[in-house]
Amino acid sequence: MPSSVRAASATASPTRYWPPWAQSVTTLVVFSAFVLYSFGVVVFERTGQYHNYLSPFFSPPLGQWLGIPFAPAVLVAWIPLLFRGTCYYYRREYYHAFAADPFTCGAPERPERAYTGERAWPWVVSNWHRYWWYLAAIVLLFLWKDTVSAFIFQGQFGVGVGSVIMLGNVVLLTAYTLSCHAFRHLIGGSRDCFACPRGIEAVRPPVRFRWWQRISRWNRHHGRWAWASMMSVWATDVYIRLLLAHIIPDVRLLK
Amino acid sequence: MMERSAVPGKERVLYVYRGDDYQGEEVAYRVPVVPGMVVLDALHFIQAHEAPDLAVRWNCKAAHCGSCSGEINGEPRLFCKTRLDAYGSLDIHVHPLRTFPIIRDLVSDVSWNYERAEELVPGFRPAEPPPFHLQQWEVDRVEEFHRCIECFLCQDVCHVLREHGLFGQYWGPQLMVRIAELEMHPMDTASRTDLLHSAAGVGLCNVTHCCTDVCPEGIEITHDAIIPLKERVADQHYDPIAAWLRRLRRPQPTSP
Ligand code: SF4
Ligand code: SF4
Ligand code: FES
Ligand code: FES
Repeated sequence: MPSSVRAASATASPTRYWPPWAQSVTTLVVFSAFVLYSFGVVVFERTGQYHNYLSPFFSPPLGQWLGIPFAPAVLVAWIPLLFRGTCYYYRREYYHAFAADPFTCGAPERPERAYTGERAWPWVVSNWHRYWWYLAAIVLLFLWKDTVSAFIFQGQFGVGVGSVIMLGNVVLLTAYTLSCHAFRHLIGGSRDCFACPRGIEAVRPPVRFRWWQRISRWNRHHGRWAWASMMSVWATDVYIRLLLAHIIPDVRLLK
Repeated sequence: MMERSAVPGKERVLYVYRGDDYQGEEVAYRVPVVPGMVVLDALHFIQAHEAPDLAVRWNCKAAHCGSCSGEINGEPRLFCKTRLDAYGSLDIHVHPLRTFPIIRDLVSDVSWNYERAEELVPGFRPAEPPPFHLQQWEVDRVEEFHRCIECFLCQDVCHVLREHGLFGQYWGPQLMVRIAELEMHPMDTASRTDLLHSAAGVGLCNVTHCCTDVCPEGIEITHDAIIPLKERVADQHYDPIAAWLRRLRRPQPTSP
């Protein structure tokens, strides 16, 4: 298309309250900060355990089981990394913010640059997202187990601020994992007809349809779950690290 | 019904693109403001009073036919669905869709999209002849796609076409909606995953959601059409376990 016909600036729009670049800039800053923080924790920290609290970066404690003394989190961290890295929502965000493909919708790009989308290396790996989902679901089970432990203080039930934070975190992670597009496909999206061959006789939708519908509803907000669960993982680790450094005490809400 | 009349003394300036694919410029036109006026009304006023040769395509003036697509302040929108007062005191720049060749002024040649639709094979192959006897909940999913009015605003904003010009490799979001409509139809028996993986090129979409943001019909193009289609392509072309399970199932005789 001829470049003489460039449309006017897209910032003067009645449909947006924020300028269009605000989202990409936010993503750029927050994602970068989170990646740096996680890298620091996973590579340089030796433990995420404070009594009965375990940081989500260190679960399951594979390094401990195998007796590896340095950077034990590395053994597991690649799972959430690949899971989030190939998530449809994260893809949308980092293609915008980091690859500027496009930075904002309708913004000019460098058309002479070869663009292969998700058909060629490296982005073709996103097509295996479902496999990282399977692994992430296993990790999620361990996180639930850790959350139960977070409510047991020396064999007694109790509730600390840390228990509540860990519960919130695992709930958000569950919402994020179950609202995944690949899971939506697995649960029913791959079907064309749910009640065939009963057709019109199927007055009540079958279980599989109802689950697909439910997951579809959660899936609408997948991006929100992605942000919220990223923040909660971050907050949980920061909290446990502050406890470990004896900077704050763990307040017990219920003995 | 009472005729609505212009607000006395209130005018707006519209900067309208005049020209073709090779050269052109914005021309400023003054338009008296009528309450509730949309951009198409303003363009009609310009045609009636100042520039009878201004080319603009429209039919329904009710956001139903998808003819009046263009770009207002750089954003793909329907002229008949965009009110002037939404812009407050901002300047209003009216341009044609720029991803497709401009025939003249505000009219672009969108025939490329219809040519792709003709290449969409296999078409609808129902298991039984219509009418189908299905529950409403079963057809809700594809009815979302029926809402498409073929305005091609999504095609216009898609960076694969707009910026990278990969018209030979990717068919664009509107055709993904069309394919999804056939592919997910409860009665359809054909598979279009090979088409999606090759000529239609769904792998070129990087799910950046711009198409969904501009769709005037509110179709969740990425969530409900493109991503589920990508998952179906993954089933066929990227998932060795699924392929193995298919092979296990295949030898069993199928009912005629
Ligand atoms: S989500 Fe895909 S089809 Fe839609 S605008 Fe982006 S690249 Fe194009
Ligand atoms: S999907 Fe939406 S934006 Fe695209 S052509 Fe159809 S109605 Fe227009
Ligand atoms: S799409 Fe986001 S986790 Fe699967
Ligand atoms: S004139 Fe029909 S959609 Fe605008």
